[in-house]
Amino acid sequence: MSTTTTRDATRPAPAKVSKTKPRRGVRGTTFNFWLFTGPFLIGLLIFVYIPILWSAWLSFYEARYTVTPDKFVGFDNYEYMLTNGDFVRSLGTFSVFAAIVVPVTWALSLGLALMVHRLRFMKAFFRSVFFLPTAVSFVAASLIWKMSIFSGVRFGLMNTVLDWVGIENVAWLADPNPPWYWLVILTLRLWLQSGFYMILFLAALQNIPPSLYEAAAIDGAKPGWQTFWYITLPQLRATSTAVILLLLVAAYQAFDEFFNLLPKTTWGRPPLVELYYTALGDSQDYGAGSAGAMILTVLICTVTLLQGRFMGLGRGDENK
Amino acid sequence: MSALNSNNWDRRTVLRAAMGLAATGGLAACGGNTGRSEGGASGKSLTQYFHAYGEAGTQEAIKRYAKDFDGANVATQWITGTNFESKLFSALLTKNAPDVFEFHPQLQLIRSGQVADLSDLVNPVKDDFNPADIKSHTIDGKIWGVRMIDDPQFFYYRKSMLEKAGVEVPQTLDELVEAAAKLTTDKVKGLFIGNDMVQTQYPLVWSSGADQLTADNQIAYHTDAVAETLSKYRTMFKAGHLLTGAPADSWDPSALIQGLCAIQWSGMWAMPALQKALGDDLGIFPYPVAADGAKPSVFNGGWSMFVNAKGKNVDLAKEYVKWLWIDQKEHQEDWALSYGFHVPPRTSIAESADKLKSGLPAEGVKFFNEYGRFENPSWTQAMITAFEELIADVVRKGVEPEKALDTADAKVNRELKKLFG
Repeated sequence: MSTTTTRDATRPAPAKVSKTKPRRGVRGTTFNFWLFTGPFLIGLLIFVYIPILWSAWLSFYEARYTVTPDKFVGFDNYEYMLTNGDFVRSLGTFSVFAAIVVPVTWALSLGLALMVHRLRFMKAFFRSVFFLPTAVSFVAASLIWKMSIFSGVRFGLMNTVLDWVGIENVAWLADPNPPWYWLVILTLRLWLQSGFYMILFLAALQNIPPSLYEAAAIDGAKPGWQTFWYITLPQLRATSTAVILLLLVAAYQAFDEFFNLLPKTTWGRPPLVELYYTALGDSQDYGAGSAGAMILTVLICTVTLLQGRFMGLGRGDENK
Repeated sequence: MSALNSNNWDRRTVLRAAMGLAATGGLAACGGNTGRSEGGASGKSLTQYFHAYGEAGTQEAIKRYAKDFDGANVATQWITGTNFESKLFSALLTKNAPDVFEFHPQLQLIRSGQVADLSDLVNPVKDDFNPADIKSHTIDGKIWGVRMIDDPQFFYYRKSMLEKAGVEVPQTLDELVEAAAKLTTDKVKGLFIGNDMVQTQYPLVWSSGADQLTADNQIAYHTDAVAETLSKYRTMFKAGHLLTGAPADSWDPSALIQGLCAIQWSGMWAMPALQKALGDDLGIFPYPVAADGAKPSVFNGGWSMFVNAKGKNVDLAKEYVKWLWIDQKEHQEDWALSYGFHVPPRTSIAESADKLKSGLPAEGVKFFNEYGRFENPSWTQAMITAFEELIADVVRKGVEPEKALDTADAKVNRELKKLFG
């Protein structure tokens, strides 16, 4: 049977054009487009693009205590941010943070997804339990972590537990040597984030055809590690790529927990916290802060492009 | 076909119009929410910024005073959290900046034209203010703020704990270090100088015989004695004699009340709460001598009211400040003495305040007069931050004091260069 015949046979009849509804044409569609996207675009323009351009402009000016400066200083602010040590150190802090939090969150959320996926009962319950922390704000969670769980005094939850086994109180956040603050920050972020990425992995797991596992079983593949390594993991490649990218973006945006858990320190400051202290904090140096923001923007774009190239993001299946 | 359809008022049109209205309303709400309340009887309005005071009743009090002002409807932003400065500074750059706000006298506020000259308000009653307050608010011959309260800060201690450990009230920093060690047990830490260790940053310099800046605005804190004092802080921290990670910071008296520490740095504002909880088991002493030839010291902190020079109603704001902080002595007395204890900056109010005339409050006032030192307006927020980072580096991170002082010098010098050229 000719496919052309089939297509012709199933082609729907042309829709009747109502004389009373001329607005449903291109003009109506355009109106609806602007109605729904217009506010978003205006918001994007006002709150994203104009500030970026303004920030780029500010970065070349002496802008202390003002965002409408008049003293042009060229690349002085860039030089200051790259030589004063604090900003460069913050990039190091980010690197440590991202190097730990990205793979650990990836592994934990994948592990949770595999566990929940295999459950035969109470699946929805456990899915909800792991996902619910996503709804908690970083600020609220930081306060709980700081004041209840990792409080440095004797009645903090962790210190109470340590006391039971005869270990002395630990100043979790006060003392950077040893850097226990990383444990506080990382557990907080894992608790808040893992559930969300677990849901993404769960969706991906449900899309793997069971026939693949059946075929593998016929070919002699042992269930467990072997099928996970040769079937499940490759099938999750696209989701893993997206999850890693999202985790890296989230790591770059890290602010709330560092800001709330580590006030008045010179350590544990990722770039956004450092820029906050430079620009919006006590120094009110909007020129230097903007220069730092521009450097960070270029860095994020570069890393994202390199990551996309490395992981094949955006390439069609045929090119993989 | 219904009548609606015949008039082109179908479901989609109604929905579209409703959504359009909603979107417009939403945008209008975004643009129109200035954070200001509608004007009162006069139709005029002002906004004032206050940080959240810890003492119960203060927020209600400040709103009550504002309500009594006939010239305008005064809305109060009561800013909680620890970043009052950041919120204030960023707000001052916007159209929704407060008309009046509390802060400390700092040079950058004046250099950047953010505060109005209040000389004409204060000059007629200048002699009734604490001279040191007037001095710290006078820059280039003009008075830029009106002091609302003076807050002496010193050490509080539990008498019973010191007696039990056989510890005398420390007269020197070495004795304080020794006391902290003796008073530390598995349940109680000897000393609390704040979770981030920066609360004593002024007296540690003064009691080491140094100052923040010289009279001609050069660095004066970088001395061997200050480095030595910082090393002693490090010793106490590493030995575990300092309380860290307390639920509330040292401005709050709860650490001493809950028995988490034996000695705590705090302000006079905390005295009523401490006396109520501990009764007579409470004593105070100034920051002890930390170097040969130096004196004990007390930091006379406090808060002052400023007028936003770039505000829309500068004259009205000045009128409000004059009304509340110059004319309304009853409110000023209530503000200083009815919640926590603060020393009223107006001599006439301070002298008549019975609550400050006996017992521990009188001792606090004595320390205020004898050892108290006020903030230097040239020591700005950026310099304060640099010094806080110095303390963090030396005391908590273990950086060599000399190296950390050099790092702080670079930051402070950059600020000094920008302010004084």
